[in-house]
Amino acid sequence: MTHLLAVDIGWGWTLAIKTVVVLGLIPLGALILGYTFLLKMMSHMQSRLGPMDPGGFHGWFQLVGDGMKFLQKEDIMPEQADRRVFALAPAVVVISTFLIFVVIPTGPRLVVKDLDVGVFYALAVSSLSIIGVLMAGWASANKFALLGALRAAAQLIAYELPLLLAVVGVVVQAGTMNLNGIVTAQQNGAIFGWDGLGNPYILTQFVGFALFLVAAQAELTQTPFDMPVAESELVSGYMVEYTGFRFLFFFIGEFGTAFAFAALAATLVLGGWALPGVHGGTADLLGPLVLFVKLMAVAFLIFWVRFTYPRLREDQLQAMAWKYLIPIALANILVTGLFKVWL
Amino acid sequence: MTAVGPSAGDGGKKKSARRLPGQGLVEGLGVTLRTMFEGAVTVQYPHEKEEPPTRARGVIALKEENCTVCMLCARSCPDWCIYIEGHKEARPPRRAGGRERSVSVLDRFDIDFALCMYCGICVEVCPFDALFWSPEFEYSEGSIAKLLHDKRKLGDWMEVVPESEPLEVGAEIKAK
Repeated sequence: MTHLLAVDIGWGWTLAIKTVVVLGLIPLGALILGYTFLLKMMSHMQSRLGPMDPGGFHGWFQLVGDGMKFLQKEDIMPEQADRRVFALAPAVVVISTFLIFVVIPTGPRLVVKDLDVGVFYALAVSSLSIIGVLMAGWASANKFALLGALRAAAQLIAYELPLLLAVVGVVVQAGTMNLNGIVTAQQNGAIFGWDGLGNPYILTQFVGFALFLVAAQAELTQTPFDMPVAESELVSGYMVEYTGFRFLFFFIGEFGTAFAFAALAATLVLGGWALPGVHGGTADLLGPLVLFVKLMAVAFLIFWVRFTYPRLREDQLQAMAWKYLIPIALANILVTGLFKVWL
Repeated sequence: MTAVGPSAGDGGKKKSARRLPGQGLVEGLGVTLRTMFEGAVTVQYPHEKEEPPTRARGVIALKEENCTVCMLCARSCPDWCIYIEGHKEARPPRRAGGRERSVSVLDRFDIDFALCMYCGICVEVCPFDALFWSPEFEYSEGSIAKLLHDKRKLGDWMEVVPESEPLEVGAEIKAK
């Protein structure tokens, strides 16, 4: 960021700017996804319009109003709750979302921290949210919350594996775990010698991308895999005792993580911030916008599936991960590795 | 319907004998995508008003001159939400040398729409065609007491009562 401004403003200011950007980005991303997909796309898929009045234009202000409503609500804590853990749990969930954004590049130099193990780091911190969910379920002193949390833990652990294995194919092909390196590898790649588009890995890693989307869907506990918050069975799972601002944290965590996973998928297989032939300073300027467009395309897929399919059964969910997704992911790694060695 | 059994339900779906695995999942995505572009079927109510069907049960209107204070509606009302008061007046005889007539005059006819459950028994039971359904539905109030419509207000609703459909051939024609 300091390079973009072409002045050295010292590490303190750099850190402050980066923090503010990341802190602002998550709620904003959650709002954008929530409005575009949850309020608008779902409504249209159900032959209705969704909110039309707040803010004047197609109800764009609706979610901000909802957020303000949450701020006014009473902060209720169950009598039997483990008070400190109960209060800390939503923060843990949201922090895991914030941490993912640290490594996602929005330009050649526009990245909070360009880690060499970026992919590994992103997937590792994304699984931190399980701890927050378990904390919430346990501290609520409510059997619905506890059941929801245990389901969430079983589900998130089961789908952590295909998520990781699906990404390994991309990492093998790019030869690096650095997210910027993966983007550059796609930008400078070529499809059978033709380099007009670069080589977005969605062409070669299509299976990996599909696996990643399915697993991400489960990680986000979204509808075909929403047993942890299944409202008809568990009221709303681990969130059942939360009100007001703490509930808002879970909401931001859910949609912020969807934003993060969409950004991650766009970076891994759609070329991230890169446009073919755009390098240097221009890429830094255009990067965030390009990444946003690609991210919204991936998010559209995620939410399209969410609004179409009914909920699976708990055993079907586990069978899908262990019996199908993981073997397919392993086969994908094997094939990718063979191509990598022999081509 | 004679064929009742496990195959009766999915009989219509089996167009092709063999379906690819996952075909239904893809078709499901197609359905939601198509619906997304088809446009909404809802009406943005305060901004645009929906036209209710002419026979919709919105509000009950009273045609006072047809009422004979017979109390049938008030007695048949399951909610007891119709309040009627009346008195008898003497009128001059119709023909010269005839007897003086006695006419019932309506003093009070209130319907409490806060109690009314829109069953329509009063409209059904009225032998003199004094009560009518109107599809008008916009009469909510800030205070529940204002939902008690008196006979003048009920009479005003007559303006929004749609013309009744033409009767069948040979039916006896009555006034509205």
